[in-house]
Amino acid sequence: MNVLEQQLSIEALQRGDRAEFARMVDVFSGPLYRLALKMLGSPQDAEDVLQNTFIKALQNLKTFEGRSSLSTWLYRIAVNEALMLLRKQKPEVSLTDTLPEDSEDTDYSPVEFTDWCCLPEEEFLTTESRQALDASMRRLPETLRVVFLLRDIEGLSIQETSEALGLTETAVKTRLLRARLRLRELLSVYYGERLPERKG
Amino acid sequence: MSKHEHTRCKDLLGSLSDYVDGALSESLCQEIEAHVAECSNCRIVVDTLRKTVTLYHTTAGETAEVPAQVRERLFRTLNLEDYLKH
Repeated sequence: MNVLEQQLSIEALQRGDRAEFARMVDVFSGPLYRLALKMLGSPQDAEDVLQNTFIKALQNLKTFEGRSSLSTWLYRIAVNEALMLLRKQKPEVSLTDTLPEDSEDTDYSPVEFTDWCCLPEEEFLTTESRQALDASMRRLPETLRVVFLLRDIEGLSIQETSEALGLTETAVKTRLLRARLRLRELLSVYYGERLPERKG
Repeated sequence: MSKHEHTRCKDLLGSLSDYVDGALSESLCQEIEAHVAECSNCRIVVDTLRKTVTLYHTTAGETAEVPAQVRERLFRTLNLEDYLKH
């Protein structure tokens, strides 16, 4: 929970205080828009998710019991909205079913052993490098991507991520590890090609 | 490239997230550090995994702005026009 979130009054929000609700929208719209954009890859879809998230929040604030933080509650609404949109586009998407990504049989053993950490820092700061980070993330299955986004981009704890997604902490940890390992493989290929000895 | 499948290395794989997050016990950290000192492939996996996570953490903070027009439409949708000005 950040400082701005701590300054919001749940009591005022539940009383229907419009100014407080506007403050809440400004505190959370940035992270929620980013989450939706990275989940869906389309600014229009992300905007739809952002609007629907706050509409649902407005409708349901009175039933918010404070068992999780306000941010976790909003992330949960936003993730559900984004997944609903994804399911319309790709009906096979599911978050809570047993997935191939959770199976012990799915092999996530590393196959790339290029040490690209020694690249100059400016290599990691280019527009192309940032595009490669986004493109790699988009190649993750939605079930891994959403866990990675909440934990590593939005900075939620394992417990908050499990609350936001309705998954056990063990499932969150497993999916986070697999997301990170898969991204490492993809980035190893991308940055490996930028190592001086492999150029030309 | 062939897969990296030594038994000890596979054991280590399951603890990697907790290790790079600093969430492992000191004794397990020491075990991992002793192993990667001997196993260059595991050292590379640990270093590049940590770098992967760091890169995403670093870029995350730069992209949390809502475009002004998106914010405006959001406030209008929520009937919050009166609060559009910061």
